[in-house]
Amino acid sequence: MDRRPRRAAATLAPLLGLVAALLTGCALDDERADFSYLNLEPETIDPGRVSGEAGGRIALNVFEGLTYRHYATLEIRPGMARRWEVSPDGRTYVFHLRPAQWSDGTPVSSRDFQYAWTRLLDPRTGAKYANILHPLENARAFNAGEIDDPGALGMDCPDDSTFVVRLTAPVAYFLDLCAFYPLLPVPRWVVEARGDAWIRPDTIVSNGAYVVEDWQINRRIRLRRNPRYWNVESVQLELVDAVPGDYLNGNFNRYMSGVLDWIDSSGIPLSIVDTLKDRPDFHTSPHFNTFFYRFNVTRPPLDDVRVRRALYHAVDPVPIVEHVLRAGQPPAHSLVPPGLPGYEEVRLEGFQPERARELLAEAGYPNGVGFPEVTLLFNTSEAHKQVAEVIQQQWKRVLGIQVRLQNQEWKVFMNTVRSLDYDIGRGGWIGDYLDPNTFLDCFVSGSGNNRTGFASASYDSLIQRAAVTMNRTERMALLRRCEEIVTREACIILPVYYYVVTNMFDATRWGGLRPNLINIVDLKSVYRKDRPS
Amino acid sequence: MIRFVLRRLLQSVPLLAGIVVVSFLFMRLAPGGPFDEERALDPVVRANLEARYGLDRPLLEQLWLYVKGVARGDLGPSFKYGGWQVREIIAQALPVSLMVGLVALASSLLIGIPLGVVGALRHNQWPDYAAMSLALVGICVPNFVLGPLLIILFVFQLGWLPVGGFGSFEQLLLPGLTLGAIRGAYIARLMRAGLLEIIGQDFVRTARAKGLSERVVVAKHALRLAILPVVSYLGPAIASILVGSVVVERIFSIPGLGSFFVNSALNRDYTLAMGTVLLYSGMLIGLNLLVDVLYGVLDPRVELE
Repeated sequence: MDRRPRRAAATLAPLLGLVAALLTGCALDDERADFSYLNLEPETIDPGRVSGEAGGRIALNVFEGLTYRHYATLEIRPGMARRWEVSPDGRTYVFHLRPAQWSDGTPVSSRDFQYAWTRLLDPRTGAKYANILHPLENARAFNAGEIDDPGALGMDCPDDSTFVVRLTAPVAYFLDLCAFYPLLPVPRWVVEARGDAWIRPDTIVSNGAYVVEDWQINRRIRLRRNPRYWNVESVQLELVDAVPGDYLNGNFNRYMSGVLDWIDSSGIPLSIVDTLKDRPDFHTSPHFNTFFYRFNVTRPPLDDVRVRRALYHAVDPVPIVEHVLRAGQPPAHSLVPPGLPGYEEVRLEGFQPERARELLAEAGYPNGVGFPEVTLLFNTSEAHKQVAEVIQQQWKRVLGIQVRLQNQEWKVFMNTVRSLDYDIGRGGWIGDYLDPNTFLDCFVSGSGNNRTGFASASYDSLIQRAAVTMNRTERMALLRRCEEIVTREACIILPVYYYVVTNMFDATRWGGLRPNLINIVDLKSVYRKDRPS
Repeated sequence: MIRFVLRRLLQSVPLLAGIVVVSFLFMRLAPGGPFDEERALDPVVRANLEARYGLDRPLLEQLWLYVKGVARGDLGPSFKYGGWQVREIIAQALPVSLMVGLVALASSLLIGIPLGVVGALRHNQWPDYAAMSLALVGICVPNFVLGPLLIILFVFQLGWLPVGGFGSFEQLLLPGLTLGAIRGAYIARLMRAGLLEIIGQDFVRTARAKGLSERVVVAKHALRLAILPVVSYLGPAIASILVGSVVVERIFSIPGLGSFFVNSALNRDYTLAMGTVLLYSGMLIGLNLLVDVLYGVLDPRVELE
């Protein structure tokens, strides 16, 4: 009579077969890693192309540069370069490499660095951080495609273990740059044979403490200790998983259920930070990152410095950090975050309601009367919105002015701010290297990171002078002067607070981890405390 | 039937082409581009990058090159994930989404069919009310509420199941259940209605009159026919499970296509966004076709021609 149910069964059978096939196909070996940590899916781990924290963290553990930075003290230490000499004019560096091998057994040579740096500057690479190396002789012209001969670049390899670098002008933080991921070496023979796919686990060859064993996009990057690493005896963890996740609560759940051993702020929900703060596994430290608002100085009434200062002095960041952010962010008194060795940041006067009202009256708006409507623009985010609402209220209360709030999706926001189509806009900046220049350089006339319309020849020349000044104290004084200008004098930005790095990990179990100014995780330092190595 | 399938496949070609063109134009009309970040690119660097991805060419030429690529099966390189082709990303993420979808489908059947049967057999008694109330709750509770509730219960209170991720069957249970619950609720209602109708028919009375046990009557005779509406519901259910998995993939940290679908648009990862749109469109078209064909196979009254 009815064959239909049987037909139904026949259609379901292949479905069930598919389930079985997929299950076996997707099932993992799964050896549990010694250490699993949260690391957003990197854009790439190719040193020449990495441009963000997620990829940088992997690259720095997989490759080793001439120098590296200690995770706790942040001091520069010898990496592939055993030692180095700097010429008195600060323009020539001679690096002496230690004997070391790539993970395929090839010796690490000075030519690997020459190749990697040439590749970084090659226009065809499309490296986002190529400008980091522009101080190298002829580098900018080569990167712009005006010179074709890579031999013209200021690099020489007299032998396999000596690497000579010539700069057009001294760069005080050049050794810092050598520890930065764009300047890591890459294996020429693999890159040339495999093209863009050279970073895949089955082909990648590296010289750092770890090798990439497995990479499943959005799922994990599995790192295994590199037996050929020159200092492999000091590396304690055999197997490490870098686990991505773009959902904050999900990341937190995975930490709480023991799947992840370490999470940073991408896994710590703002809404429960009050509760978490008291836990012993919650750790914070200052971050090299400032939250500020920028003023569009090309638009009235913000073209008047008195108005900008009035707005600045009317903002009290204390309630913002205490009631909105709550994770221990310090209120900002400068653009450059505190904590840089040898540099004393500007100390702005902060909240002064009387002074603010006076300034606004001087500018022609006593008690805010006649003040045109301005808009405060921020990129869509719950925290940014709450901060903006508090500041909107403060301006209304102190100055009697009405400011409109507007949010835009990230890419739209970037586009609006870049084209100076805003009044007041949210900004933030993470230092690339531990030097005030990384913040102050942004406000040079015409810089793509300026986005305020501020242009000052004297500011530009101060930055220039600082760049070629060899004496550290003198140089820091020049940079400090620059910071005075952008904050106190011209007041083109309004610093609100400094970000903090928040990490969660069990410190009774893990050693060699510490939240730090630049949020790096140096896996070769990490060890289990509760288990003998 | 072959002619019907061929004609439908041919019809889908211009449809997909239209989707390619529209999604391409929408992506490009959105302000901001793949290389707009907080840290502005040096102009030289920016020009190099745009040349590398062909963004320096006229828009129509880019569209033409993209369409040509798609016709060859080449979806291009991802803008965001350097070194990965869109094809490779999809090849890694799609099976994951399919797995979750299949577990969701299985759980919806395992929930829905028994609930529906209980409801029909204890018609208008308390088990019926309980089953149908549960189904109503299943339909009403959105998955972004159900998911976290299940996590609290099964992960943090009972400690029975892992919190998410991908790699073992246990990890698929909670997301599968979350995604399958609402379909399970629909299936329960369909099953109950179907079984109620069948149970009242003559041949069931005959079977009972022959002295067969109630279990045999239901399992062997009634159920086989009563399940037909459920089978025809499976097509749309599969489609909605696959496309609707975005939220569940996020809640349970599953590396499926869903997060790429959403994030690629936010990142202005043009090729990846268009690739996922194209894939989802293709799947919807394919599943609709499959449902139509299945109707023809299962129900003789439906004429495919």
